Amino acid sequence: MSKMHVKFTLNGEEVEGLAEPRTLLIHFLRENLRITGPHIGCETSHCGACTVDMDGKSVKSCTVFVAQANGADVTTIEGLTNPDGTLSVIQEMFREHHGLQCGYCTPGMITRVHRLLQEHPSPTEEDVRFGIAGNLCRCTGYQNIVKAVLAAADQLNAQKEAAE
Amino acid sequence: MIPAAFEYHRPADLASALSILNTHGDEARVVAGGHSLIPMMKLRMTEIGHLVDLQDIASLRGIEVTSDSVVIGAMTTQHELITSDALATALPIIREAALLIADPQVRYMGTLGGNVANGDPGNDMPGLMQCLDARFTVEGADGPREIKARAYYESAYFTAREEEEILTKVTIPLPAAGHGFAYEKQKRKVGDYATAACGVIVSGDGASVAMTNLADTPIWSEQAGTALAAGDVDGAVAAALAAIDPQEDMRGPIAFKRHVAGVVIRRAMERALTRAKG
Ligand SMILES: Cc1cc2nc3c(=O)[nH]c(=O)nc-3n(C[C@H](O)[C@H](O)[C@H](O)COP(=O)(O)OP(=O)(O)OC[C@H]3O[C@@H](n4cnc5c(N)ncnc54)[C@H](O)[C@@H]3O)c2cc1C
Ligand code: FES
Ligand code: FES
Repeated sequence: MSKMHVKFTLNGEEVEGLAEPRTLLIHFLRENLRITGPHIGCETSHCGACTVDMDGKSVKSCTVFVAQANGADVTTIEGLTNPDGTLSVIQEMFREHHGLQCGYCTPGMITRVHRLLQEHPSPTEEDVRFGIAGNLCRCTGYQNIVKAVLAAADQLNAQKEAAE
Repeated sequence: MIPAAFEYHRPADLASALSILNTHGDEARVVAGGHSLIPMMKLRMTEIGHLVDLQDIASLRGIEVTSDSVVIGAMTTQHELITSDALATALPIIREAALLIADPQVRYMGTLGGNVANGDPGNDMPGLMQCLDARFTVEGADGPREIKARAYYESAYFTAREEEEILTKVTIPLPAAGHGFAYEKQKRKVGDYATAACGVIVSGDGASVAMTNLADTPIWSEQAGTALAAGDVDGAVAAALAAIDPQEDMRGPIAFKRHVAGVVIRRAMERALTRAKG
């Protein structure tokens, strides 16, 4: 089957390439573009390790064809650090609160949390647990992830207040 | 897991989508959110020659609340159903049910139209739409027609929609003001389909009871509604249980499913009654 030309915005920059329409977005990111932040955990839409942000939605990139992402605005963990390359507030809080152990789930988790905090800037613990229910972590037991997210929310809100 | 190759189409309007479906017949299939279809394609349980992506068709999106009904475009996502305050005010049962579907990532992509068109008995919206007596508008080359949700499901994955038709919108008559409602679902874990689920509406006009994943189609039980409207919860639960036909699968044997169904149905009825005003 013939390849199609795909073009979309990735972490603020335009990317393009040739791909069969059946190529999954996660494979295009990892194999064609060498964007290896988003991981493949289950490849069956269950674990969330492959989560990317697409047009303002957290999506499992193993369950999207690259053809569907044509023209979209995609952000991966690579696009979520500070512009100078230092860790973002969410990343820093995961480090500080031990929100990761092996780190396999972390890129997907943080990409999801990024969107969650845009939608719920002051979440309760329950909001956090409900909001990250699509991301599995086999190591932490979630407790420290929840702590990290709540701490990140506080810091981001404090930064916003200071700026006002 | 890579699906078989297909040709990809992304039409900008409904007429173009219908014409692609007409040209390619049963070789073609539409994709909405893709979160039921793509997993099936990856497992190679579904092979498709032409995939018709509906994402650019603006006329298939949106939620319109009027004084006596709600009209929801087929491409409206579950996330949009949850975040619409107008919908939550008019028909709070939709948010309650949508929050029990899958996980956040799936709800950003999965659409109401895909959920009801799919014909998978595990989907939650079909039972809910039967409970609410919704109507589905499907459109083919000969123009649109309406099918009642209660007449839409024939057996697992077989529905009253013809293959060249696209489901464009769902129309839901508003239940009486102050109606009681509940959607109760038992699942093994977040992101799982129901072991048993039940939607209930009660109001001065009567009661309606429908169930999810307890037969090869959703089940709406008129008898259960009549008994519940008369205040007979025990009779209503018994009538609902008489209407289902659960099968043994990885969610458990038949006796277990019947037990869970009894609990879920009763909880849904009791919660709906507590919430009813007047
Ligand atoms: C991990 C996981 C857990 C899930 N858990 C649940 C759950 O608990 N409850 C639940 O209800 N669902 C669940 N789902 C399914 C999810 O809600 C689906 O997204 C939804 O059922 C289908 O919507 P879609 O837009 O993704 O449809 P698609 O996958 O795009 O399409 C599904 C089918 O419907 C057809 N179709 C789609 N739109 C139309 C249309 N407008 N007209 C005609 N035909 C159309 C397609 O051709 C296809 O055959 C889960 C999915 C996943 C991956
Ligand atoms: S790899 Fe996509 S959800 Fe697990
Ligand atoms: S830190 Fe190992 S899976 Fe989450």
